[in-house]
Amino acid sequence: MSVIGRSVPRLEDPPLLRGEGAFAADISFPRQLHMRVVRAEMAHARLLAVDVSAALALPGVVAVWTGEDVATIPPIPFRATKLKGLEPYCQPILARGRVRYVGEPVAVVFAENAALAEDAADLVVADLEELPALLDAAAPPRDFDATHATEPAILRKSYGDVEAGFAAAHAVLDLDLSIGRHSGVPLETRGAIARYDAASDTLELHGTAKKQHWNRDEIARLLGRSPTSVHLFEGHVGGGFGVRGELYPEDLLVCLAALRLRRPVKWIEDRREHLVATNHSRQQRHRLRAAVDAEGRLIAIDNVFFHDQGAYVRTHGARVADMSAGLLLGPYAVPAYRATGHFRLTNKTPAATYRAPGRYEGTFVRERLMDAIAARLGLDRVEVRRRNFVPVSAMPFTRPLDALGTDVVLDSGDYALLLDKALARFGWEARQADIARRRAAGESVGLGLGFFVEKSGLGPSDGVRMSVDPTGVVELVTGAASVGQGVETALAQIAADALGVDYRCVRVVRGQTNRIEFGSGAHASRVTVMSGSATHLAGLALRDLALGTAATLLQAPKESLTIVDGMVCRADGPALPIGEVARALAAGTKLSRERAVPGLTTEGWFHSDHMTYPYGVHLAQVALDRMTGAVAVEHYLVAYDVGRAVNPKLVEGQIIGGFAQGLGGALFEEFRYDERGQPLSTTLADYLMPTIAEMPPLDVLVTEDAPSPLNPLGVKGAGEGGTNAVGAAIASAIDDALGNKGLVTRLPVTPREVLRLLGEIEA
Amino acid sequence: MSDVLHRVRMTVNARAATIAVEARRTLAEALREDLGLTGTHLGCEHGVCGACTVLMDGAPVRACLVLAVQAEGAAIRTVEGLAAPDGTLHPLQQAFADHHALQCGYCTPGFLMLAMAMLEENPAMEEAEMVERLSSNLCRCTGYAGILAAVRSVMRR
Amino acid sequence: MKAPPFEWHRPATLAEAVASLAAVAPQDGRVLAGGQSLLPAMALRVARPPHLVDINGIAELGELRVEDNALRIGALVRHAAFHRPVAHGPLGALMAGVVRHIAHWPIRTRGSFGGSLCHADPASEWPLVAVVLGATMQAVSLRGDRLIDGPAFLRGPLETALAPDEILRAVTLPLLPADAHWGFEEVARRAGDFAQAMALVVLRMDAIGRVAEARIGIGGVEAVPRRLAAVEALVNGRLPSATLVEEAGRAAAAACDPMEDAPYRRALVRAVVSRALASAAMPQALAA
Ligand SMILES: Cc1cc2nc3c(=O)[nH]c(=O)nc-3n(C[C@H](O)[C@H](O)[C@H](O)COP(=O)(O)OP(=O)(O)OC[C@H]3O[C@@H](n4cnc5c(N)ncnc54)[C@H](O)[C@@H]3O)c2cc1C
Ligand code: FES
Ligand code: FES
Repeated sequence: MSVIGRSVPRLEDPPLLRGEGAFAADISFPRQLHMRVVRAEMAHARLLAVDVSAALALPGVVAVWTGEDVATIPPIPFRATKLKGLEPYCQPILARGRVRYVGEPVAVVFAENAALAEDAADLVVADLEELPALLDAAAPPRDFDATHATEPAILRKSYGDVEAGFAAAHAVLDLDLSIGRHSGVPLETRGAIARYDAASDTLELHGTAKKQHWNRDEIARLLGRSPTSVHLFEGHVGGGFGVRGELYPEDLLVCLAALRLRRPVKWIEDRREHLVATNHSRQQRHRLRAAVDAEGRLIAIDNVFFHDQGAYVRTHGARVADMSAGLLLGPYAVPAYRATGHFRLTNKTPAATYRAPGRYEGTFVRERLMDAIAARLGLDRVEVRRRNFVPVSAMPFTRPLDALGTDVVLDSGDYALLLDKALARFGWEARQADIARRRAAGESVGLGLGFFVEKSGLGPSDGVRMSVDPTGVVELVTGAASVGQGVETALAQIAADALGVDYRCVRVVRGQTNRIEFGSGAHASRVTVMSGSATHLAGLALRDLALGTAATLLQAPKESLTIVDGMVCRADGPALPIGEVARALAAGTKLSRERAVPGLTTEGWFHSDHMTYPYGVHLAQVALDRMTGAVAVEHYLVAYDVGRAVNPKLVEGQIIGGFAQGLGGALFEEFRYDERGQPLSTTLADYLMPTIAEMPPLDVLVTEDAPSPLNPLGVKGAGEGGTNAVGAAIASAIDDALGNKGLVTRLPVTPREVLRLLGEIEA
Repeated sequence: MSDVLHRVRMTVNARAATIAVEARRTLAEALREDLGLTGTHLGCEHGVCGACTVLMDGAPVRACLVLAVQAEGAAIRTVEGLAAPDGTLHPLQQAFADHHALQCGYCTPGFLMLAMAMLEENPAMEEAEMVERLSSNLCRCTGYAGILAAVRSVMRR
Repeated sequence: MKAPPFEWHRPATLAEAVASLAAVAPQDGRVLAGGQSLLPAMALRVARPPHLVDINGIAELGELRVEDNALRIGALVRHAAFHRPVAHGPLGALMAGVVRHIAHWPIRTRGSFGGSLCHADPASEWPLVAVVLGATMQAVSLRGDRLIDGPAFLRGPLETALAPDEILRAVTLPLLPADAHWGFEEVARRAGDFAQAMALVVLRMDAIGRVAEARIGIGGVEAVPRRLAAVEALVNGRLPSATLVEEAGRAAAAACDPMEDAPYRRALVRAVVSRALASAAMPQALAA
């Protein structure tokens, strides 16, 4: 029986359960210095001078740098993006001339211990002359600097005849919707430990994640070194969610310091820093118009949106806005579409991706629209969705749009089937009847839904190296990374299945740039699809090599052999441990010389030009407390088609965990600012992540009805479907409880807002 | 004044330990930096997340909100003390693995110690009470379902 | 997020502590009790006391006993001590009900009853209990002991009647008569968060079921917790009913003066007062 599709125990767990993990803060080197960042305390100001003398005078302080000291280092770059003109908006590693958000690094202190470094940082005085802060991305742009405005670019995507669509409309809907600022906020803050090894002239960076190879190349470039002299290492990672593993100013600063000060340099972000320094996400406002026919079918959508990028363009460039525009339409067939995205800077923490980036936002917008269509035309909310689905007969469905530089081609999916399964599982009909009874008794209760299409498996290429050692242990080296989702286990299962060994014999090496030359990291739910497919191919190739070699050793035809549980065997005859086969291929052996390359080892590569598109639906039942505005989520279902689940338990875990984050964004979490741009959410007592007590009864339905035709395993990514539609479904349910008037236009929906919508309090 | 070091004697996982620390050193830092027990994690250092939870004289505490000097004479238990000397996982640890109660594992030591204290106080806890106790700590990965299932599985029915 | 340096003093007796605090109070030296408010404030560097007088070694401050028809709570008694009723009758049950709203268990094992009062966070539960139940605070300094009653003790947000060199020694709460009914209601964003509004109601009924004496207090809304005399007057002498509950909630909303976001907080006051009153007056009727 194949190990793929089975919920086998995770390989990652034992050290984590024993407290033997190696997270960033757990890594230390002899003679290390501690870095502390001095951060701007105003949202927008001229930076006139920075006085470091008192800090430098503190015993134990080794160095203090300001922008002048790092002026030769270029600002942090961004990955390829279609939008032009973003370069002037990149973030310098230490501010010069102006500060643009509270939390921007203006100086760094290096000292013998962390507490001392913090003492010294308190003594650094930045002379700031406050400027007006721009906090609303929908407000007219202002000056970014002397020559640039705060709107670097407008993103445009369109197809079809939008004007004609509106001219022919039976009804036109006008919506104004916004999404608050949230972020991943992993439980482990960031950390970076750099060490320069003079003996081998290598620079090491520890505590890295997600995009090691790209980061290595950029660090090398910015510091003027060859990429082969820079190594990035990934240990345990306490959650990524999009924000960790991007290249941040602090990563460059520790590297530079290790080179200049010739001592290891350790930086561990504290939580207050994290909440103002690490990428934020989500904040957008959409002004959407839609034309529909009398049956509620979409004819055209014209969406103008404002993307609040915060103070600088970071490594993602304009990717979130790009996905908002390119993936907004989700499961629906829309004849004409136009998106105009105002990509704008504000005086807040820079923004980038957070789990289901652009889609959490877009699904909220699109599904609010579907509810609005139903309300306007007096149709059933479920029926409106059904009428607009891309039918299964149209798959693969090419949409004349692109996202992340690839054309949007929905690879497979039976949306109506999943919707039916979900409604049945949730008991939608029965619940509606029950809701009607409760309403009649005076309760404010409602049901909501949000259908969505995710995307996963961004190409173009991924490769792994796989080898078997003489003890029969398989080593799988991948350029992928892990941020705690169970990547090792899933890849080990795929490798074991292809090769014919126990998955527990597979050692997965990831996130080490010195072990493999190429890697795309872990993001965009790409690992299972891309690295998984490469692993599958490598495993098959390795199996073939092992069988061929064993055929010679056992003097048996290759076709008569198979590999089971690490033994190469013939139905009737002798068996050979796979480690023996590896030994027979060791360098210098006769067989290895015949093969030209020694070792039971191979590489597997997988290439893909298109993404895969998993899809799902969220269903919610809520009750509103008319006196306090509290929203009780009484029942919730996530139904998600992942094509094929490598490890169902891990898929379910991803969905439940992703749901909790989506719930935070729907009801609790928000980075708030005062009118001068001072952040108000700077502790975990202010940025409200759900505890177990906030979790509703949650049901998960994972289906495998639409395997992806784009890869040999049929898999699609599972990382983001639990998050994607939570805002949409909960907003829909709250709106239903309020009488389906389209009142819910903003996330998160706070109790205060609910009371206002209930008419219990004034604005 | 920051130079004054205080000698602190305590037992950590049933072993005597003596350290010399500044008064401002928290118990969590002392465990991690002075005793090398990095299993106790810091997620916020201001008392909200619970990643730093350890047992102090049997009671669960936020090790980031206890000074190391205040642990003089105390018996501290950390995640490193849960498994048997031969490495066999404690049934609670095994339950966490069996129920997929961890993903990144950063919150895990705190949750394990919290759950240990729950088990020791009342091994037949009602579900609502379990939820109330477990709401002390934050996990950003799992959505808590696996954690609750794991703890429930080791409670006496 | 490391606290600034400070000097740590650990007196073994109350007398030593009083002397030690007297010596460092002029330089902003402070008492360290459970540390669950002070240590996070120091880690965030919003508090920077150069001296801490740690009272955790003083056994007397951890004592809890019933004497003279009152519950005497040593200042250092931990919140968690109230998880199970500490006194027979309604008071023990009331405290056990309220304590579950204070932070979380691992914070309650350290945080102290006295520390909560001295910290005087308007959103804290114990100050409301102290005000509604008529607590008396016993403070001690080199000048000797003095008694302060609840409302006089709490001066404003994070502000009390204690002089910088005074230590809160104990708090005395009169026991509630066996026939007292109570109700507590709180609104917080998440489990364990500080209250956005809370109400504590204690009632005594007469022979025919009318309210003989009502004590109704709110917290988390104004600068300090307070009893609402107007609402108490409204309730006294009336038979509990859904109408009365509704009226009391509205009266409370009108009577309060929120520090921020008045419309929202007033709505919450209405909710918590009417619900606390309902659960005190008609526990069964409203549970359904
Ligand atoms: C995450 C979190 C959530 C919380 N949620 C809540 C909540 O919902 N409700 C709530 O009420 N509290 C909450 N708290 C606070 C907690 O209850 C504290 O324990 C309490 O407020 C202070 O008590 P302490 O003993 O810890 O005092 P400390 O922190 O030691 O001291 C607080 C202040 O009081 C002074 N002080 C303390 N004791 C004395 C004394 N005997 N004499 C003179 N001065 C003294 C100190 O000098 C200091 O200024 C929370 C704390 C945290 C970390
Ligand atoms: S680190 Fe102690 S509670 Fe977060
Ligand atoms: S497993 Fe990652 S925070 Fe809990």
